[in-house]
Amino acid sequence: MTFEQIKEKLKDKCVGIAGCGGLGSNCAVALARVGVGTLIIADFDVVVESNLNRQYYFHFQIGKKKVAALKENIMLIDPGIKVITYDIKLKKSNIKKIFADCDVIVEAFDLAGQKKMLIETISEKMAEKYLVVGLGMAGWGKNDLIHCRRTGNIFICGDEVSELSPELPAIAPRVGIVANMQANVVLEILLTNEELRKKNQE
Amino acid sequence: MKIVLNNNTETVEQEDLTIRELLKWKNFTFRMLVIKINGKVISKNDYDNARIHEGDDVVVLHLISGG
Repeated sequence: MTFEQIKEKLKDKCVGIAGCGGLGSNCAVALARVGVGTLIIADFDVVVESNLNRQYYFHFQIGKKKVAALKENIMLIDPGIKVITYDIKLKKSNIKKIFADCDVIVEAFDLAGQKKMLIETISEKMAEKYLVVGLGMAGWGKNDLIHCRRTGNIFICGDEVSELSPELPAIAPRVGIVANMQANVVLEILLTNEELRKKNQE
Repeated sequence: MKIVLNNNTETVEQEDLTIRELLKWKNFTFRMLVIKINGKVISKNDYDNARIHEGDDVVVLHLISGG
């Protein structure tokens, strides 16, 4: 497939990004660069200085709502991408409505409890959706531990062991690897959807 | 009986198993879990009631913070 063919396939696709921190901001930017037509981004937070060690924001954006700042950055890359923003805390009651039109949803929260809530809500209320989860990327090095695996409609990217702590912060390289790995899985789903569906039915 | 746990076939001596027994047997001591039996999410309150039977597909996902 040429890049023109890829862009043509992606322009009618919609991807939801749940959380616009280290995983969400970097994953959204990667998807925007390859031409995913519509991105639905949701986060309630504002950009603070400590985010800049890994999140796709700039110093002048400190204090700005993350969804507004991320939309601004995506527009600078490709003004043709449609970015729908939800400045809202995602919870059981609003997830289905917000992401109903997405072909794939990217889980990009930082807290384990939030990850659990999203995975359970999607499994219960929209089990037919593909969900790409980021799990375990704190610290540095250990490239060989990072992997991707599939269970049903859920794809898990990360090392599944490196939990965030004061001694093991989430920082740009490893978070960026996992965020881009998530974007890579999204592309695989969007570009080879029919094959995956067949696999699903087996 | 045989069950599928996280995509791997496992043989269990008992004829059925609660989630609590499964976690103990596998020594899964994680705090934050998503558990599914044949695609159905099992809430923490049901770990003693929900039973796993022959051929069931069980997912135990251990959630950790960072992102």
